[in-house]
Amino acid sequence: MTSHARTPVSGSSDPTAATVLAAADVARIVDRMAHQIIENIARPTAAGGSFEAVLLGIPTRGVPLAHRLASRIAVFADVHLPVGSLDITLYRDDLRLRGVRPLGETIEPEGGVTGKTVILVDDVFYSGRSTRAALDAVADLGRPRAVQLAVLVDRGHRELPIRADYVGKNIPTSPSQRVRVSLAETDGSDSVHLVEAATTEEGEL
Amino acid sequence: MKHLLSAGDLDRDEALAILDTATQMHAIQTREVKKLPPLRGRTIVNLFFEDSTRTRSSFEIAGKWLSADVINVSAKGSSVSKGESLRDTVLTVAAMGVDALVVRHHASGAVQQLAGWVDCHVVNAGDGTHEHPTQALLDAYTLRSRLGDLADRHVVIVGDVTHSRVARSNVLLLNTLGARVTLVAPPTLMPSGVASWPCTTSWDLDATLSGKEHGDVDAVMMLRVQRERMSGGYFPTEREYAIGYGLSPRRLDLLAEHAPVLHPGPMNRGLEISSAAADGLRSMVLDQVQAGVAVRMAVLYRLLSGAADSSTGSEVTV
Repeated sequence: MTSHARTPVSGSSDPTAATVLAAADVARIVDRMAHQIIENIARPTAAGGSFEAVLLGIPTRGVPLAHRLASRIAVFADVHLPVGSLDITLYRDDLRLRGVRPLGETIEPEGGVTGKTVILVDDVFYSGRSTRAALDAVADLGRPRAVQLAVLVDRGHRELPIRADYVGKNIPTSPSQRVRVSLAETDGSDSVHLVEAATTEEGEL
Repeated sequence: MKHLLSAGDLDRDEALAILDTATQMHAIQTREVKKLPPLRGRTIVNLFFEDSTRTRSSFEIAGKWLSADVINVSAKGSSVSKGESLRDTVLTVAAMGVDALVVRHHASGAVQQLAGWVDCHVVNAGDGTHEHPTQALLDAYTLRSRLGDLADRHVVIVGDVTHSRVARSNVLLLNTLGARVTLVAPPTLMPSGVASWPCTTSWDLDATLSGKEHGDVDAVMMLRVQRERMSGGYFPTEREYAIGYGLSPRRLDLLAEHAPVLHPGPMNRGLEISSAAADGLRSMVLDQVQAGVAVRMAVLYRLLSGAADSSTGSEVTV
């Protein structure tokens, strides 16, 4: 993964796209977030350490991120957190503002979410509206002990009183820009680009 | 998509989008909280001029699980029994500000006709002997869950084709999805214009099931013999029909190992289908009922969610 870290990815041929994170940076950030999660959620019990937590990725790119965090946590702390995926399409507040949306996949993590610390994982944290939708969606799956939020990129411009618990990278942006996250699982390679695109309609909510 | 009136209105992309959405909707049937919010504040009226148990209740459940308000109006006990015309009844209900009408009517073409009178979305839940598109969708969903991609699959539909809206819709949709369809019926129950349908036909069930006549069979769909629509003698006796066209245990053995048996219900056991076929491992009758809710949720979601003006043109599929 790191051997071709600095080679330009296909997206960077776009002159308006500035590379913010390369593959090596993404890998390092995911490692750091995995360590932070371990520190934060390890609760001492009689039997030693316990991790009553699950990772819930928000499609599309939150899901591979959740799996990466889980595998790094397994390497660092030797615990295997259940991973699930949580589609929030039906819970969005802008459902009626655009055409019909296809649905993503919701997979409940092994053992469910009730009584667990649920860590929502998303790629870009922007208005906070998808996180709000995710909170509603989680409530329909069960009653978690606590819900936390892990994001790869926080680009600011919150429109709701929501904050993240684990932030990979703060990237100051203007609302006219777009943050384009590419992951090997979905896009072939890891990178984060900042795109000047006042015309694009698909923002990361 | 503004209305769902005919299975023929669906192109391949839209049909697959509905089936894929249904797959996601299916998952909530096993959840503790069976409620999703996308149709909150929308009103759906089930307008049933003909008896129905599974279609009406599954449309009702589908609407309610998507948080819509669902009202049932049936011909019995409504102003229809006082002599009100179809047009007046439909306009009265539509004038109350409903977002969608789900309509079943005993006259073929009635639902297409009334879709022109109202501004709201209209879903055909069965019109006479014409079409029943959501049944075709749930059959396709059930077949896909067992067989995977339906392209080049061979589906045999057996029985009272003349009176079957299920057969018509299934032929159109399965053809859209790339499957091959063979209709098998006695000559009296084969509709007159069947030559123009995108399917092959046969009068010999044994030859078709064994694959001798039209190639190997991947699935069999039995149709109900609709006595209530029959005015004359379409076949001499029930026993003779059962011998010639019933799915007996012996015929079951002609089928390939993987081929499922479907029936839209309600079943006439001993007439078109034997209990061995209806209750056996190949039977997907109850899977079809379960798929009915998921598929109808998908149809209501695709019609009613999203921006109102996007429903007139081609909708966003990204």
